[in-house]
Amino acid sequence: MAKYLLLKHYRGAPAAVNDVPMDQWTPEEISAHMQYMQDFADRLEKTGEFVDGQALAPEGSWVRYDGEGRPPVTDGPFAETKDLIAGWMVIDVDSHERAVELAGELSAAPGAGGKPIHEWLEVRPFLSAPPTITE
Amino acid sequence: MDEALLRSLTPSVLTVLVRRGADFAAAEDAVQDALVEAVRVWPADPPRDPKGWLVTVAWRRFLDATRAEAARRRREDRVDEEPAPGPVPTSDDTLRLYFLCAHPSLTPASAVALTLRAVGGLTTRQISQAYLVPEATMAQRISRAKRTVSGVRFDRPGDVATVLRVLYLVFNEGYSGDVDLAAEAIRLTRQLAAAIDHPEVAGLLALMLLHHARRATRTAADGSLVPLAEQDRERWDAAAIAEGVAILQAALARDRLGEYQAQAAIAALHADAPTAAETDWVQIVEWYDELARLTDSPVVRLNRAVAVGEADGPRAGLAALAELDDASPGSSGRAHPVPRRTAVAAHLHERDGDLATAARLYAEAAREAPNLAERDHLTRQAARLNSRRSR
Repeated sequence: MAKYLLLKHYRGAPAAVNDVPMDQWTPEEISAHMQYMQDFADRLEKTGEFVDGQALAPEGSWVRYDGEGRPPVTDGPFAETKDLIAGWMVIDVDSHERAVELAGELSAAPGAGGKPIHEWLEVRPFLSAPPTITE
Repeated sequence: MDEALLRSLTPSVLTVLVRRGADFAAAEDAVQDALVEAVRVWPADPPRDPKGWLVTVAWRRFLDATRAEAARRRREDRVDEEPAPGPVPTSDDTLRLYFLCAHPSLTPASAVALTLRAVGGLTTRQISQAYLVPEATMAQRISRAKRTVSGVRFDRPGDVATVLRVLYLVFNEGYSGDVDLAAEAIRLTRQLAAAIDHPEVAGLLALMLLHHARRATRTAADGSLVPLAEQDRERWDAAAIAEGVAILQAALARDRLGEYQAQAAIAALHADAPTAAETDWVQIVEWYDELARLTDSPVVRLNRAVAVGEADGPRAGLAALAELDDASPGSSGRAHPVPRRTAVAAHLHERDGDLATAARLYAEAAREAPNLAERDHLTRQAARLNSRRSR
C-alpha cells in the first residue's frame, strides 16, 4: 500500500476545461456536485482506501521567526502567491495507477451545465517509512 | 447496558474516591478504568448496585496504582486500612467537580476535555473522535489538564460562569464520532442545574433545549443548511421547547438577567412563532439591546442588525450594520471584520431588492466562511441570485 495526496488548488493549477466559478452555477448543479463528492468519499471509505480529507480557507498568512525575545513576523496574504491550496484528500492505495485512476474520477465531478469540470488535481506520493528488508 | 446511567454515576463515584483521600488525578484515572471495565462486564453480568460496583472497582484500581507507585510504607498502611465509608457525596461535591474541571487556569480545550471525561464519564477515545484529534493527543491534553489543577483545593467553590462557558462550548462546537455532544452538554447542564440554584445555569439549559429542539430541521437530507425562516416548524421538538420555555420563565421571574437567559429569550421567541412571518422581531430587537448591555460583543450587534432588518425593514438593518462598522474599526488600523458580517449584508441587500450587490456579497461571504456547510450554503445563495438574474 502507498499513500498519496490529492491536492486541489484555488489558484496555481492549469485552467480546468469547464472553468466556471461555482457561484455562476445553478443551485441544482451545486447539489449534484456536492453529491458526487460525497459519494466519492463514501465509496473510498468502503473500499478501505480513504485516509483523510480536509478543506482550507482561501486566506492565510505567512509567519517567520524574528529572533530571540521578539514576536514572530507575520505577513500576507499575498495576492501574487501563485499556488493556493484549497484542500486535500489522502488515499492509501495499491499502486500509483490506482491513485491516478481515483484522481481522474474526482476531476470528473460535475460543474456548470452538469458537465465534468475536468479540473487539474495534483497527485503527490508520500515519502514512506523505510522497508524492513532492504537486500 | 444503560450507558447514560453509567456516565451519570461518574461524578459521584469520583467524589467518593476523593473524599476517601485519593488525589484527584489518580482517582480520575481509577474511575475511567472502572467505567471501561463496566462496559466490558455489565452486559453479561449487570450489578445490583451499579454505583457500589463502580466505587469498589475504582477504589481497587486506585489502590493497585498506588501500590505500584507509592513508597512501601505508605502503601502498606493504605492497603491495611479498610476505606472509611465516608460521608455520602452531596450535590456540593458534584458542583466542585464541575468547578475543578472548568478551572480558570485551564485552556478552554483542556477544560472541555477534562469535563467530558471526569464529569461526563466519556472515554478518551470518544472525546478524541468528537474533536478529530489522535487519541494519544487527547490523552496528553487530559493528563496535562489534571496536572494543572492538581494543586487546586477541591473544597473551594469557583465561579459558575467558567463552568457555563465550558458547557456552552461542548454544546456549540465539536464534530461527531459516536457521541452526541449536544445531548451530552444538555445532560451535564441539567445535572449542574440540579446541583446549584442559579438563574444563568437555568438560562443556559433553556437555551440549549430551545436550540436542540430545532436540530432535525437545521439540515436537509443532502446535508445542506436550512435557514431558520425555511425550517419545517412542524418538526420542531415541542416537548423540548415547552421545557425550555418553562425553565426560562422561572429563571426570568427571579429578575437576575444574564447573557444566557437573554439568548434563551430570543430562541424562545423564535420557537413561539407558528410561521417565520409571525416572528415577534420587535421584541427580539429589545432582547438584543439587553444582550448588548450585558456583553457588548460585535457578534451580538451583528445579530441585532439582522433583527432590526426584519423589524424595521432592510434599510434600517443596513444602517444598523453601518453603525457596527463604525464601532469596531479593528486593531492597528487594519480591517478586522466580524465573522458573517458580509453574509448579513448580502441578506439585507437581497431583501432591499439589490440582487446584483447581494449576489456579489454572498460569493464574497462564501470565501470568508468559517466552515464548509456555511460556505456551501452561501455559494448556493449566490448561485440562486445569479441564475435568477441571468434568466
